[in-house]
Amino acid sequence: MNIYVCVKQVPDTETKIKLTADSGGIETAGIKWILSPYDEFAIEEALRLKEKNAGSTVTVMSAGPARVVEALRTALAMGADHGVHVELPETADNNMAAKALAGALKKETKVDLVYTGKEAIDDGAAQVSQLIAEYYGMPYVTVVLNIEYGASSVKCKREIEGGAFEMIEAPFPVLIAAQKGLNEPRYASLPNIMKAKKKEIKALKMADVGVTDGDRKIRYKNYQLPPPKQAGKKIAGDPAAQVKELVRILHEEAKVV
Amino acid sequence: MAKVLVIAEQRDGKLKKSTFELLGASFQAGQAGNETHALLLGDGVADLAKELGNYGAQKVYLVQNAALKYYTAEAYSRVILELIKTLKPDVILASHSPTGRDFMPKIAASLNVGLASDCTKLAFEGGKLKLRRPVYAGKATVEVEFLGSGPELATVRPNALGVPKADPSKSAEVLSINIDLSGLKTKVLEVVKGASARPDVTEASVVVSGGRSLKNAENFKILEELADVLGGAVGASRAAVDAGYRPHRDQVGQTGKVVSPQLYIACGISGAIQHLAGMRTSKIIVAINTDPEAPIYQVADYGIASDLFTIVPLLKEEFKKIKEH
Repeated sequence: MNIYVCVKQVPDTETKIKLTADSGGIETAGIKWILSPYDEFAIEEALRLKEKNAGSTVTVMSAGPARVVEALRTALAMGADHGVHVELPETADNNMAAKALAGALKKETKVDLVYTGKEAIDDGAAQVSQLIAEYYGMPYVTVVLNIEYGASSVKCKREIEGGAFEMIEAPFPVLIAAQKGLNEPRYASLPNIMKAKKKEIKALKMADVGVTDGDRKIRYKNYQLPPPKQAGKKIAGDPAAQVKELVRILHEEAKVV
Repeated sequence: MAKVLVIAEQRDGKLKKSTFELLGASFQAGQAGNETHALLLGDGVADLAKELGNYGAQKVYLVQNAALKYYTAEAYSRVILELIKTLKPDVILASHSPTGRDFMPKIAASLNVGLASDCTKLAFEGGKLKLRRPVYAGKATVEVEFLGSGPELATVRPNALGVPKADPSKSAEVLSINIDLSGLKTKVLEVVKGASARPDVTEASVVVSGGRSLKNAENFKILEELADVLGGAVGASRAAVDAGYRPHRDQVGQTGKVVSPQLYIACGISGAIQHLAGMRTSKIIVAINTDPEAPIYQVADYGIASDLFTIVPLLKEEFKKIKEH
């Protein structure tokens, strides 16, 4: 089977966000970049499918500036076979990224399955997976917790609200966006990290995948940090008095209960 | 003025609160001349159209079909794309719910326009959307500018705008339309309900969350009891989820759910940066943590630096008294 995973490189969750002087973006100096956590579940699922189907290959793709090659190396060290990097400017929006990745997929001879993370933890828009599927022309299932593979289709358990879930059937080729819980991602072993350094990463430019600056549909501007909160009120007294006072405030002053 | 299409959302024959928030935002801008249209999809949902009118929809397009009994991105998109061919809205709004966030990108790609996801502020300015959304899970926010032409698409975080008051004297014109939904590729085989009757953490107006200090899964029972008195949901920190005390779907934070309830009660949560990112937009934050220096107190409006195992049961009893009055 020809299995693909699209991944994104994002700032580590512990990153303290600082804005540029013109508030047009964030300071990227000093940021520790990681593979977006949900993408690890996508890679793991691809590798497990490959291991069950002899002769399969896993290709991992990412669109972005030169730094994202490190995220591809992480995926290759987990066990992916090939990498594809589509170079995009730092300012590319979700639409450009999705068009670039769909364009790269279209250059491949045959695509059976595409895996992604259900969202990237930087932008958190949760739209690139669906956009890739639509631009490529395949169905998608998002926020997936479990997959049963058939000969020509998948049955996916998709998480919805309130702990409920849906069982969805979709034919190949299909894009599946992974939710945490789908599997337990493996750690890259040292020999595999060494091997990953020698694996090929194909480099593509925007023009190779038919993307132009006109594909940018959204611009983020006027960045703001959340307003600093006033120091809260610590309620003193013995537990019974503390609780009485808190409930009184929530009921009478804040009026949230 | 703008022609606004709100994609209404219903589950099990009930409209979502978040749909009313969207209608309210458009209707309030209606004084400036907005037209508010709603699309209602489902099977046997005609009765809900009236309620959409009460919240400000002037026209409701009703599409009923067995293929719409359960949500699929494919069926919803086909209906929406068909409707907007003739309606030509300036703005299309949906909730950033498991449903809305799933189909809106498909609509955006089909129309080759931009989509602003998970917005927490929404206003209209000269017929255009003015939006703000969190990035880095709320560590910063940005204004969204649409580039190119075509309708402006946005999904809005549930609870972010507030539910307007229903006005039973307002009503909508209801138009039933038929759309061919044969030949769909994806199929919902079944929908399995959650074991819990509590609301989802992203939709609840009260969230009671616990951290690793709860010590085990069993102890979350006291948080559940408190949440039940308040009609709220139970959330958890990443530490508590990683320790196996709660399922991942309850996790609040950058690698879990981002919530903004009216009241967030953090019990035994120290306040890691990635947790704060997931709940700092809550209206009122209460922290209960024995460590008076815990970072959670930097975002809390009210704090009790005492043992949660003493405080939480007392809180439950005290809230009960209010609820009974």
